[in-house]
Amino acid sequence: MVTMRWRWLTWAVVGLLAGCASGVKLDDGAPVETRTPTEVGAGASGAGTSGAASSKVASVDLTKSGSAAVNTLPRVIYFDFDSFVVKDEYRATVEANAKALAADRKKRVSIEGHTDERGGREYNLALGQKRAEAVQKALVLLGASTDQIEAVSFGKERPAVQGSDEPAMAKNRRAELNYH
Amino acid sequence: MNPLRLTRWRRAALAVCAAAMTMVIAPAAAQFRVEIAGVGGTQLPLAVAKFKDPGSAPQPVSAIVSADLERSGLFRMLDTPEVIDETAQPAMSDWRARAADALLTGSVSRLADGRFDVRFRLWDVVKGQPLVAQSAAVPASDLRLAAHRVADAVYEKLTGDKGVFSTRIAYVTKAGNRFTLRVADADGEGAQVALASPEPIISPSWSSDGRELAYVSFESQKAVVWVQDVASGKRRAVANFRGSNSAPAWSPDGKRMAVTLSRDGGSQIFLMDRNGENLRRLTQSASIDTEPVFSPDGLSLYFVSDRGGGPQIYRMPVGGGAAERVTFSGGYNISPALSPDGRNLAYISRQGGAYRLVVQELGGNAPPRNLTDTGSDERPSFSPNGRLLVYATQSQGRDVLMTTTLDGRIKTSLAVSQTDVREPVWGPFGR
Repeated sequence: MVTMRWRWLTWAVVGLLAGCASGVKLDDGAPVETRTPTEVGAGASGAGTSGAASSKVASVDLTKSGSAAVNTLPRVIYFDFDSFVVKDEYRATVEANAKALAADRKKRVSIEGHTDERGGREYNLALGQKRAEAVQKALVLLGASTDQIEAVSFGKERPAVQGSDEPAMAKNRRAELNYH
Repeated sequence: MNPLRLTRWRRAALAVCAAAMTMVIAPAAAQFRVEIAGVGGTQLPLAVAKFKDPGSAPQPVSAIVSADLERSGLFRMLDTPEVIDETAQPAMSDWRARAADALLTGSVSRLADGRFDVRFRLWDVVKGQPLVAQSAAVPASDLRLAAHRVADAVYEKLTGDKGVFSTRIAYVTKAGNRFTLRVADADGEGAQVALASPEPIISPSWSSDGRELAYVSFESQKAVVWVQDVASGKRRAVANFRGSNSAPAWSPDGKRMAVTLSRDGGSQIFLMDRNGENLRRLTQSASIDTEPVFSPDGLSLYFVSDRGGGPQIYRMPVGGGAAERVTFSGGYNISPALSPDGRNLAYISRQGGAYRLVVQELGGNAPPRNLTDTGSDERPSFSPNGRLLVYATQSQGRDVLMTTTLDGRIKTSLAVSQTDVREPVWGPFGR
């Protein structure tokens, strides 16, 4: 689903660019500014020419940067048919997310509950909500704060995969954690 | 009581009973299908002449009238190629010879101010008397509406029931990742877009005056209840609390709404003013309570709860109090809809692996009746005259809309484009 949306976005951007390209005449006397090139991000005087400054390496620490670290967390939990129990096999998923939330109280996560396609839209919305709230409860038990979490539901409206067979439906009975 | 209805229809009944089988009428020009099943289908033989039209009318008025009446399943339409206007004095003996019981004549003419004058006269062929004649001047954009109003007048004169051809339905289409809330004529034609969104839209609900639609939109990556003025497009979020906000239902007086909120944990039913103020929690359970609908007298709320295990329909006083269970047949009953007279409850019942539309008389002991033999029915909604239900189902892998009579005998599929269509809701009288 995420991939699909990105693909959609990509096409939208491509479309926009195409629109720009066809609408603007590049050789139509647009003003051109000529500038002397300067070093980007040159802080200290003489940077770029000094041998010492050239060997400087800036560190990026993914273990400290909140959003990058969160991106590596597992963030989907699957459910059995007609069930709201967070299964043992997702203990590590819940623990890792709870730990990340406990480590940074400013972090916010939205838990989206989803169902398979069987049954009514509103009742499935309520079932998906129950799944999201089950995950929320598990996260709070392991140290996350309720304020950090919003449990919401998409019911059967946003399936992860299309299809009406059991493997497809099993992939749609899920809760997704989305950090923002 | 209308004499034409009583006497003539019995005669027609005899003719049709002989067939006693499923008929499918699929006019080549029209996009809809009418299916009539079972014994005792009574159809009044009706001739709709081509209305006199100088060729300027942008809508085929008499064809729309004819299609409306045919779609009701109550009339047998006679092939009538003649152009006859409302001033003509047709020879009744000719029409009796063609086995017509009633004849509709009329005209459409352009007025100096650009509007169109639609006139008609309905004849009782057997008695050789005019039954009703009317005229109306409308702008070109309301010509379809004018045609539906003619059909309503004919329907009411010949059956004694108020017609619903001039009412509107709202529904949601899905094409790719685009969701669109549309408002269309009751035949599914003339659809206009009320809201287009890249995210799902569900549960549209008409205000009792037909001016506003409440619905659930996921545009902010969660379920939020919105109310939109249909004519102006002006919209506002009326329930946007933490968690999910869904299942809006209007009170009959239009002053209050019931919604399902998860703000306190779980899905519970709340009442609020139409602007979202004076929020009050109505249900207090540890289970799912959702899909509220008001009874027509505004005193009770029907809703779905799984407090007894599976989802069943319950009823409770709007003022609060104990809920009593209403559905007992089967383990999964959802999406209640109440007839305008409050006597029938339609809902979706799971039977084996199938989800079927059923109707149950309230206050009696009769078991619910199946209205379909399809397997993925969803979200029934009564027509304002209580004679029909519109519902979503699946046909050939697509989501489609159907209407059915309360006995399940006459079904029509609504004309829609090549997209998935779902979440129908029938608007009130009085457009």
